[in-house]
Amino acid sequence: MLDGTLGEPLVEVRDLMLHFPIYSGLLRRKTGAIKAVDGISFDLIEGETLGLVGESGCGKSSAGRAILRLYDITSGSIRLKGQEIGTLPQSQLRKLRPQMQMVFQDPQASLNPRMTVAQTIQEPLDEHTRLSRSEKREKVLTLMDAVGLNRRFAGRYPHAFSGGQRQRIGIARALALNPKFIVCDEPIAALDVSIQAQVVNLLEDLQEKFGLTYLFISHDLSMVRHIATRVAVMYLGRIVELAPADRLYAEPLHPYTRALLSAVPEPDPAAMSDKKRVILQGDVPSPANPPKGCNFSTRCPQVMGVCRSHDPKSREVAPGRHVACHLLDPAMMPAGSTAATEATGIEPSRPGPGTIEPQQGRRP
Amino acid sequence: MPDGGLPVLDVRGLRTMFRSRSGTVHAVNAVSFDLKAGELLGVVGESGSGKSVTMMSLLGLLPSPPAVVSGGPVTFEGHNLLTADEATMRKVRGGRIGFVFQDPMTSLNPVFSVGFQIMEPLRKHMGLGRRAARARAKELLDLVGIPDAARRLGDYPHQFSGGMRQRVMIAIALACDPKVLIADEPTTALDVTIQAQIIELMKDLQQKLGMAVIWITHDLGVIAGIADRVIVMYGGQIVEHAPVRELFANPRHPYTRALLTTVPSGAHARARRLTVIEGQPPILTESPDFCAFKDRCPVVFEICARMNPGRYPIGNGHDVACFRADPGLNPDLIPGGAHA
Repeated sequence: MLDGTLGEPLVEVRDLMLHFPIYSGLLRRKTGAIKAVDGISFDLIEGETLGLVGESGCGKSSAGRAILRLYDITSGSIRLKGQEIGTLPQSQLRKLRPQMQMVFQDPQASLNPRMTVAQTIQEPLDEHTRLSRSEKREKVLTLMDAVGLNRRFAGRYPHAFSGGQRQRIGIARALALNPKFIVCDEPIAALDVSIQAQVVNLLEDLQEKFGLTYLFISHDLSMVRHIATRVAVMYLGRIVELAPADRLYAEPLHPYTRALLSAVPEPDPAAMSDKKRVILQGDVPSPANPPKGCNFSTRCPQVMGVCRSHDPKSREVAPGRHVACHLLDPAMMPAGSTAATEATGIEPSRPGPGTIEPQQGRRP
Repeated sequence: MPDGGLPVLDVRGLRTMFRSRSGTVHAVNAVSFDLKAGELLGVVGESGSGKSVTMMSLLGLLPSPPAVVSGGPVTFEGHNLLTADEATMRKVRGGRIGFVFQDPMTSLNPVFSVGFQIMEPLRKHMGLGRRAARARAKELLDLVGIPDAARRLGDYPHQFSGGMRQRVMIAIALACDPKVLIADEPTTALDVTIQAQIIELMKDLQQKLGMAVIWITHDLGVIAGIADRVIVMYGGQIVEHAPVRELFANPRHPYTRALLTTVPSGAHARARRLTVIEGQPPILTESPDFCAFKDRCPVVFEICARMNPGRYPIGNGHDVACFRADPGLNPDLIPGGAHA
């Protein structure tokens, strides 16, 4: 999974798993696990924005938190600038915390209502630096300028601010320690459309100014298209497709990505009526009991026999494009056809040689 | 699409205020619109624009105090809903006018089975017996695409997924063959693939049952895909109204234009910075004798602070509440010149 041409990886994630145990019965024995994140691998290149998209319950937020070690991971490896942080104890992680920060979804819930703006932004400085009181004060005011908050509001409490302004406070707090890497967990989901654009522009400006690297978690595919350099699509704890943003949106390869993109409503009536939509049937299976074989096999419009028995591995099918799907595996395809072109058509692919038969009939 | 059809619902000059100790909020100001038989009317606006309050007001669903609903008439099947007695309103609500709310988890009662909740309007409004109601409930669940309907009648809301719960809500709203269905952000709480399922279902049902639908949303993309006509609301007023293609091809109100450009769309994504509407949506603590958008408008001029613009018809069934559309104002005086 090395994207060599793109630059140095700042964060490297390999086979990351995060399973939440399920306890049941009288003795509270462990009887199963919610496989929230089930073996994901990717790199974050310095200065880029990696969009992590998927529907609710696909594990994108859990992945974001696990990468910052807000959860103890089940297995796998996370490296920050080459240093393994997946297994570090919290006491040592604390020293690394200034480099990696988080912006949360709900600015209402992630700000302490009893702390003023200045106190909120200053708290990381109190914890991690030895600045003098006046230096801290100066830093807080500079941060407020940077995120577009009026300095006069420093003494106010979160309730006095609107949603968009509260999100600015959260961003200022995340920036306080000059981090390299910020996980933005649905930073605009709770905001009105016209305010979303303000916050996204701010995040882009700050990235340019401070050279930040973002992991931008969102379910809003059109906003991710705007902000992200590369996009990873998650489904049921796995990354099904990872590609440069423009390529992914222009030509999605995984059947799930295709369905997801075709489901996004476009603000253009003409386009909407011409649009060939792939409407998925049914719901996402439970991550406590994922299907055998490919996780998407229960809803895939192009499912084949092999999908129900064998889990597809993520493969690089074109430079920088990683897809986990049997349809793109040359071993499954008829001789002479290239995988990528074969799988881009909407029609189900022809059967491969040997025993594999396509199973159709999931569409109404 | 069904232009010239008779209006099934006609709202004239509806006003809603909320009185509280900290002042009065003018949530809905002189809203007028009609809904024709069999059409889908989209209502777009941000939170606080008054779109939900408008619908709650005309159904008499707001507690008074603090709400004060005035204006009207709101004509539906020969009744003025604002003055109708409670018995009539009971027949209308959930009977002749169905309602689908945003969040299916909070609008279904967790302690009753889904079957009970679908059968309730059938027995109350249609006077069906237990067995007939049960049969009809099963039919309804089949209609909204819930597999294994007969068995699932006994299940409770928590046993359904979000999309399935919304299907149950739709089944309840459809139970009494409503003439009008009001869907208030019915897909906002759902994922995009599930949203696509629900939109398909609603389109399909609308064709099958021939009812008129009011679809409230903040998502212009959803509106583009389903609506016949669109109303854009801002600050408790209708600022623009047009057939859907006309609105997206030729938006005339500065707010609508701004709203369309803040959404990154497929064609010109990543091209440049997103356009931003500076400032915050208004909270109307005074009666708006001015244009509610004046503080955020890029082309504001002097009269906008003194008068509230009426809705100027500009052809093609399109009208816009903006002085820029006033034929009496010289277009040369307008900053930015004529609309291009």
